[in-house]
Amino acid sequence: MVSSVAEIRASSQTLVAPGTPRKPANTGQVIRWLILFAGGVLMVMPIAYMISTSLKWPHEIYNLALVPNEPHLENYTYVLEDGRFYGWFVNSLVIATITTISNVLFDSLVGYTLCKFRFPGRYIVFIAILSTLMIPTEMLVIPWYLMSQAFGWLDSYWGIMFPGLMTAFGTFLMKQFFETVPDDFIEAARIDGLNELAIWWTVAMPLVRPALAALAIFVFLGNWTAFIWPLIVTNSVEMYTLPVGLSSFGDEADVQWELIMTGAAISTIPTLVVFLVFQRFIIRGVVMAGLKG
Amino acid sequence: MYDRLSIRQKQIVWAWAFLAVPILFYVVIRFYPTANAMVISFQNWNLLGDRTWAGWANYAKLWNDPVFWKVFRNTFAYLLIGTPVSLVISFVIAYHLDRLRFMHGFLRMLYFLPFMTTAVAMAWVWRWFYQPVPIGLFNNFLATTGIPQVEFLRSTTLALPAILAPAVWAGLGFQIIIFMAGLRAIPRSYYEAARIDGVSTWTILWEITIPLLRPTIVFIVVFSSIGFLRIFDHVYNMTTNDPGGPLNSTKPLVLMIYQSAFTDFNMGYAAAQTVVLFLILLIVSLVQLRILRDN
Repeated sequence: MVSSVAEIRASSQTLVAPGTPRKPANTGQVIRWLILFAGGVLMVMPIAYMISTSLKWPHEIYNLALVPNEPHLENYTYVLEDGRFYGWFVNSLVIATITTISNVLFDSLVGYTLCKFRFPGRYIVFIAILSTLMIPTEMLVIPWYLMSQAFGWLDSYWGIMFPGLMTAFGTFLMKQFFETVPDDFIEAARIDGLNELAIWWTVAMPLVRPALAALAIFVFLGNWTAFIWPLIVTNSVEMYTLPVGLSSFGDEADVQWELIMTGAAISTIPTLVVFLVFQRFIIRGVVMAGLKG
Repeated sequence: MYDRLSIRQKQIVWAWAFLAVPILFYVVIRFYPTANAMVISFQNWNLLGDRTWAGWANYAKLWNDPVFWKVFRNTFAYLLIGTPVSLVISFVIAYHLDRLRFMHGFLRMLYFLPFMTTAVAMAWVWRWFYQPVPIGLFNNFLATTGIPQVEFLRSTTLALPAILAPAVWAGLGFQIIIFMAGLRAIPRSYYEAARIDGVSTWTILWEITIPLLRPTIVFIVVFSSIGFLRIFDHVYNMTTNDPGGPLNSTKPLVLMIYQSAFTDFNMGYAAAQTVVLFLILLIVSLVQLRILRDN
């Protein structure tokens, strides 16, 4: 047993490069695989049951069977019929996209400036931005609400978006990654006569593309699933984001669980599909953001 | 004008030009609201009438509010159950998953998938699971095995763990991925040296793997603790008919803040609660860093 520790340890390459040749498995490994497989199946069960129930008729939801007897899309037709879910979907998509673009631009610009420029006050600015990580969003929602009320931002895209346009987390993450960009590259570009904005955009940014992608994934997912602030700042059904809309729909549909599951599936499937397509890439991004951030 | 500046001076100009908008953002959207929340916590205000100074009255009210102490206990129950349970489960899975190559990516995908879901959607899915017979999945399953029914969300003792379960479930994938990255960062030569010395697998785990994983463990503990202390989406959506119920047995601090501010419009009282939340988060993080970092 002892001797096998190093050999059976998956090589560090597996995270990035799959399909490394494997050795013949022993019984211990087979049992380990089977248990982990069972656990993994259990992990996706809630998602599987959500999708399965969204395809069932009302009389069938009591059935424990995962595969519906007569699968159908009537629930989707019914839920999407009045167009509310389309609206919420668009709202969430627009808000998450704009917020992501804003974070990618501003967080990296600030991270870059704090990393590569020498100027008085640099340290203070960095500490000040970093210190906002300690402040929970919940402490700010009341002042944000009052601010939105005073400026007429309630119930608008801007009102939902403005608190998240920049994040200290993203700034810190990008600063860490710009450390890996050699100063010589920037100096060389300066000698070539590029201005600082062009150096940032054309020299530094392409070198930290993986980090930008990681940041974009985190910000997008965070805004796609955000609940408490959109719940507070929106009043009209048309302005709801998907989570807020789903929450109100759940209450309204009451005990029609097949319809609630359909709504839940509509708000979950897009991120799941995106994940399945860019799986390796997203996991690498999550690790990067998690460890450096 | 600009051309006459030295290279160093030009850099300073560029730096502040780049930082101008972000600094404005952080001052207006982060620092001012923080100070504002603290100021409001010393005021009485229902959004419509005048703001009046209340001194420490909001904090005194909170101290004497039995609901607050119930909420305080709930909030820490989420933390004290959620963090260790998710830490142990995710470590065990990551430790074993790290040793498998056959369909490694597929297994990892299964465990990570819940992290990509929306908390609100999954709260509703789990709420359905917990319904009594003949609707809920769990109770239907129990019925087929002959075990008596469990009133998950209607029980004052079981509702809190029942609500915590999907929160733990959704976070596991992230923690597993972080743990596996941490495991991979341990140099293989350590294991090889231990193997040559004939050290047992169990000893290697306790003497090499876990001590070297300390930075990863610190990160996961602090990160997940903050998450559990701020739990809201799951509780709100699984108890919409009586938010935080039954009998406030599942109400966390963030839900109490939400209700004080946006149901009762008692802004001063809610702001005082947010200051308390801030202090709890600060103290818990500092204590954890202190204990886990140098031991």
